[in-house]
Amino acid sequence: MATIAVPKTGYDRPWILEWLTTVDHKKLGILYFYFTMFFFIVGGVMALLVRTQLAVADNTFVSNQAYNQIFTMHASAMLFLFIIPVWAAFGNYIVPLQIGAIDMAFPRINALSFWLLPPAGLLVFTSFFVDGGTAAAGWTSYSPLARTMGTGMDLWIIAVIILGISSTIGAANFLVTIFRMRAPGMSLFRMPIFTWTIMATSILQLLATPVLASALVMLYIDRNFGGGFFDPNKGGNVILWQNIFWFYSHPAVYIMILPGMGIVSEILPVFSRKPLFGYKAFVFATMGIAALGFSVWAHHMFTTGAVLKPFFGFMTFMIGVPTGVKIFNWLATLYKGQITFESPMLFALGFVSLFLIGGINGTFSAAVPVDFALHDTYFVVAHIHYVLFGGSVFAVFGGLYYWFPKIWGRLLNEKLAKIHFFLMFIGMNLTFFPQHLLGLEGMPRRIATYNEDSWTALNMLSTTGAFMIAVSILPFIANVFMAFRRPKGVANNPWDANTLEWWTTSPPPVHNFDDFPEIHSERPLFDLRHPDAVRHH
Amino acid sequence: MAAHGATIPGRKEPVTNSMLGFILFIASEVMFFGGLFAAYFIARADSPQWPPNDVLERMKELGTASSPNAELHLEILLPLIATVLLVTSSFTIQYAVMQIARGNKTGMIWFLFISLVLAVIFLIMQMYDYSQLEFTSGDTIFGTTFYTLTGFHGAHVAGGAIFMLVVLMRGLGGQITEKNHEALEACSLYWHFVDVVWIILFVTIYIFGR
Repeated sequence: MATIAVPKTGYDRPWILEWLTTVDHKKLGILYFYFTMFFFIVGGVMALLVRTQLAVADNTFVSNQAYNQIFTMHASAMLFLFIIPVWAAFGNYIVPLQIGAIDMAFPRINALSFWLLPPAGLLVFTSFFVDGGTAAAGWTSYSPLARTMGTGMDLWIIAVIILGISSTIGAANFLVTIFRMRAPGMSLFRMPIFTWTIMATSILQLLATPVLASALVMLYIDRNFGGGFFDPNKGGNVILWQNIFWFYSHPAVYIMILPGMGIVSEILPVFSRKPLFGYKAFVFATMGIAALGFSVWAHHMFTTGAVLKPFFGFMTFMIGVPTGVKIFNWLATLYKGQITFESPMLFALGFVSLFLIGGINGTFSAAVPVDFALHDTYFVVAHIHYVLFGGSVFAVFGGLYYWFPKIWGRLLNEKLAKIHFFLMFIGMNLTFFPQHLLGLEGMPRRIATYNEDSWTALNMLSTTGAFMIAVSILPFIANVFMAFRRPKGVANNPWDANTLEWWTTSPPPVHNFDDFPEIHSERPLFDLRHPDAVRHH
Repeated sequence: MAAHGATIPGRKEPVTNSMLGFILFIASEVMFFGGLFAAYFIARADSPQWPPNDVLERMKELGTASSPNAELHLEILLPLIATVLLVTSSFTIQYAVMQIARGNKTGMIWFLFISLVLAVIFLIMQMYDYSQLEFTSGDTIFGTTFYTLTGFHGAHVAGGAIFMLVVLMRGLGGQITEKNHEALEACSLYWHFVDVVWIILFVTIYIFGR
């Protein structure tokens, strides 16, 4: 009797083949998580090297050249290989589930977006071994320095262009998914906030990342084909690089924070047992930040004297307004809520408090005279880390603790999670708060060492904090490994959350949903639990 | 299960998901060229004269010019003919779309083929034009912006020609039909984009930038 070959479905293939060729948004999301967490640790090791070198005055732990490479790669790894793609990890896994889609709009392009990352990561880190080492001009790669670096700079440029392509096509994919793949009843203003923030981020990525690519192409031409874009000897202009670079890179800071704000806005209502205060105001604030984000880039360039300072100063204050709206959204959500302090909530509260500091010291530096005093000092380093570490990284961990049961089907241990949170919260403030003071005392950023003994105490404090952050990751890793050893078995909705991803099983089946509840609001599961409270529009 | 469906069941979307994705891709391309054009306009705004012959003279004195005979000069006749050909090809490819929409497969194949030939002629003319120029990408910001902008445009023409070739082969294989000719429409849209970029390039670089 002849046997009939049954076509193999994805899940019957050898696991390695399945993971290498999958186009399932959930599996790609998980791959994104592993990839980005790996580079978070690599970037973290770089940060520890930087902090060790700066712990005491006149330190010779690493050479000046090595120091420049290390801090450049710290930022490159953290921004391009961790924070930006980690939102694609959350977006990939969560967005189709939140809007009730079967997958992303273009699953194969989704796979391409992910698989562009490993070669880029490899390229940028193998450049340590080429002649002259890797890029060492900082992640901002200003000319003329970036024009005269060794070959490592070229590899860095190519890697960042590849990452940009990944990010751009990923953005187009998210936008089509969000515009076109929503379940019946899921109108735009019933979408969960996290999906809104991914949408805003995708718009920024789609329109800003190609501009960075154009700047990188120019730098590459200058370096390899005798170009004169950034060379005044050929009629070019060094400030041109800064303009085009920041035209991308300032929107990019919103690319790095908006999805974090989205995650926090998912967590706070669930653990306060209240709806998000001012859903529409939050959506408009998000879109407002995205729009204004294109008009503030030159506040990075006040001291060049080549930009219209009043305009960019004013616009930077303006962007504080929608950001402030969000702070009030969160605080009003907490107000009179039945707050419980599970790990996602702790990280979300950490986010709100630390991001607030980062927002305030950022707006402070937007005042032109203040900026002249603080430009390129450690005050700026403190600012960006309050926003990107206190903000984005806390949101990443909040999101991981929140969605871990959905993604991996197991709950994490709360005790270890709390140890993680408190160590990281204290370590974070210990590392970055003293840097405000160092900046005010005039310590410049990006220097390999200093001979001012009065700076040693604060630097030592900062270094201690950095190692405390590193230690705080250990309970997290242990927690994850211990969870993986346990069998799966979590209810669909362990947190009593409100959004659609909690309707399906944990983890969801390949096709995501067997059925949908009726969607009448942005909180379909709340409506089911409280049919009497359904609002009719 | 309506996961692939629209938010409102039965509603017909004006463009398909693929087409929407393609339009977003072209939007990102617009931003890429926007960056390059920004560089060009800033360079011009910075220069007391354009072409920056003063800079070239200084480079010659310093010996950093590509040759002592370097000259920042562009001929207009050949690019003008190339412009006419490229604009024509935009019409012929659109005509190909209209043909297949009416079910005329042969007409579609021929007009797509003509568009492809025009694209290849454009590229050959551009290469010939490059070979006649007496400056390099290193000869002042004029040379750098000229070769970068026209070069990236040329690369997009080449990409568009490959796109046309693929659609043409698929058309010959019967995959482009009256009901489903989205690939051709996307190709045509991309080609119009490449065409518009060239018109802007031609006007700024060749007409107002010589």
